Amino acid sequence: MKHTTMKKMIAFALATVMLVALCSCGGGNGGESAASEAFKLGGTGPLTGGAAIYGNAAKNGAQIAVDEINAEGGIQFELKYEDDAHDAEKAVNAYNALKDWGMQISLGSVTSAPANATSAEGFADRIFSLTPSASAPTVIEGKDNMFQMCFLDYPTQGGASAQYISDMALGEKIGIIWKNDEDYSTGLRNSFVDKAAELGLNVVAESTFTEGNNDFSVQLTEMQNAGADLVFLPMYYQPASLIFSQANAMGYAPKWFGVDGMDGILTMEGFDPTLAEGVMLLTPFNADSTDEATQAFVAKYQELYNEIPNQFAADAYDCVYAYKQALEAAGATPDMTAEQLNDLMIEQFTSMSFDGLTGTGMTWDSTGAVSKSAHGMVIQDGAYVGLD
Amino acid sequence: MKKKITLTKYTRSSFLTYGLVIAAYVILQSMVLTGSITSSLKGMLVPICAYAVMAVSLNLTVGVLGELSLGHAGFMSVGAFTGVIAAIALEGIVPMGWLRLVIAMAVGAVFAAVAGFLIGIPVLRLKGDYLAIVTLAFGEIIKSVLNNLYVGVDGDGLHFSLLSDRTGLAAGGRMIVNGPMGITGITKLSTFTAGFVLLMLTLFIVFNLVNSRTGRAIKSIRDNRIAAESVGINVTKYRLTAFVTSAAMAGAAGPLFAMNYSNIIANKFDFNTSILVLVFVVLGGLGNMLGSIIAATALTILPEALRQFADYRMLIYAIVLILVMLITNNPTLAAWTQSARDKLRRAVGRKKPARTPAEGGDGHE
Repeated sequence: MKHTTMKKMIAFALATVMLVALCSCGGGNGGESAASEAFKLGGTGPLTGGAAIYGNAAKNGAQIAVDEINAEGGIQFELKYEDDAHDAEKAVNAYNALKDWGMQISLGSVTSAPANATSAEGFADRIFSLTPSASAPTVIEGKDNMFQMCFLDYPTQGGASAQYISDMALGEKIGIIWKNDEDYSTGLRNSFVDKAAELGLNVVAESTFTEGNNDFSVQLTEMQNAGADLVFLPMYYQPASLIFSQANAMGYAPKWFGVDGMDGILTMEGFDPTLAEGVMLLTPFNADSTDEATQAFVAKYQELYNEIPNQFAADAYDCVYAYKQALEAAGATPDMTAEQLNDLMIEQFTSMSFDGLTGTGMTWDSTGAVSKSAHGMVIQDGAYVGLD
Repeated sequence: MKKKITLTKYTRSSFLTYGLVIAAYVILQSMVLTGSITSSLKGMLVPICAYAVMAVSLNLTVGVLGELSLGHAGFMSVGAFTGVIAAIALEGIVPMGWLRLVIAMAVGAVFAAVAGFLIGIPVLRLKGDYLAIVTLAFGEIIKSVLNNLYVGVDGDGLHFSLLSDRTGLAAGGRMIVNGPMGITGITKLSTFTAGFVLLMLTLFIVFNLVNSRTGRAIKSIRDNRIAAESVGINVTKYRLTAFVTSAAMAGAAGPLFAMNYSNIIANKFDFNTSILVLVFVVLGGLGNMLGSIIAATALTILPEALRQFADYRMLIYAIVLILVMLITNNPTLAAWTQSARDKLRRAVGRKKPARTPAEGGDGHE
């Protein structure tokens, strides 16, 4: 009987919490009518959690572009990024929050699984989206208003890596360590293995791990025993950093070949960049490029955020400039609805050619995929250097 | 005499729960229809219903049966994947979306019940905390299996393979579950109304089960297993009944949740999700179904309502959670509400002996 007191108490307290929550929910979108002179540009990304480097890089890169464009006069942007913690459910919540804010055009989501969910929402709501880095093909598949800025979707990237290794004769015996509970890693590994078989590359060992694994001694020993002289690591930078330090501790030093998810490892907190010395990867962006625009961007990014920008930041920066070019060409005005802008943007993006930090002469086809080329990079003295 | 009072009290509290849920549904649905609801809240309606069903069903295991389950998301996962596979496979045969959703929830419930039954048989014979450990392991196993499962459909029917894609689909076939990529391209069939109906059904099942002969047997096992056994109650049977019912309802919540999004991955239903649901139950009060629903609602909305705090959002969320836990367990506050309630009672004219609220808790944990 005594828990009836508890019952009422809890109900009372929770109701209060709920009330407060609901009130602030409703109060958050009051100022919608204020800005009709700026385009409202929204995006979701992991600003917290394990993939936070990507979300924050994209957010910062986009912010730099927006500030530059706004300072110039002409087209004005208002940028808002919401946290999705690399989770589809939270991404849809974040997307809905942006819709309440009055988002007119979208930067989609930064990572693939949330982007799958938000792209379906954006497609239904007719809000145009250009994602900086969500590379899964399912993000744009069958959706006419979903476009990608990232250089290759992962099925192609795995193949391109195999092609590159074969062309450059980088390794005789190839080992692969991959994460078999993640779509990104599995997709890359599958396309790599398919292409490797086609090219006659000798894959001697394969080893897997799952989320939350911190000890790679088993996987590394397997690679070492098989005599792999090049190890392909289709994964994000976090597990890769552990692999590098543990391989170093056990004195195993093959050539490492990474993917675009490895980008960011040099700026990771607590990671010794000398461990990543000699790691090769394919990426469309090179922070050491002598190109004037890239140098200006890198300098500004370093000044504001105190680190060297990665490919995600550059992609997001390019996204905003691509939007600027398309909006200008279409003669769009900020008082247009999301749906009107959506139709204009589809028309522009399928017909225009864009020069940015991550490539020149980029074009998009009607599926929303971008065509641009990747460069082989190697990490030397804590920075990327072009391989060729 | 005493029994009669308990019964009516119980009926009264269950009708209060039904009434509040219906009222919330009517208000929110009319807000949706008139368009006066924010996109943010509108987008959360279905997940709230799914989490509420999860919380109520887990409360049956934790609150009524008195067993700690740490793998409730595993049942949701089983339900979500089997249900969505069924819904996609039936796309050509059953054109009505709502019917496919109902079939998906039924299929999810059945498969989750089978899973609950299978792990329940060996485990529920044991005493102590074994169930907690085994359900924890179960959740992880389900996640691993689903991450390595490949299912496709073509003219010949469903094809399954494990570890790598060997389904060998005929031309025009469709890959449904693609390993760690999960299920993509789900047609959004879940609606707030469907969620509401499922929640009402769950409440109906739980209230009637708890307030039946079976329910009293289950509670007697929770309170004193030896005494229950001594009067001839088949302990394993009743524990299994509660556990399987709980699993089945979580299985029905799976498709409701999954079909609200265009894609679903196995990693979504991990240990954290199980713990989240357990938090709903503990916060709402063990055995208190209305509390579970309110806790699920509040804790789903709260992180979204805190978006304005940007980077400090989850920190504030955690602080609020701690505060609520402290406040709801504060004996002074409990005494205060108790005396207010007694005063109210006296004013209304119904006499009731005062109780000692300082004891708090439910005593069986």
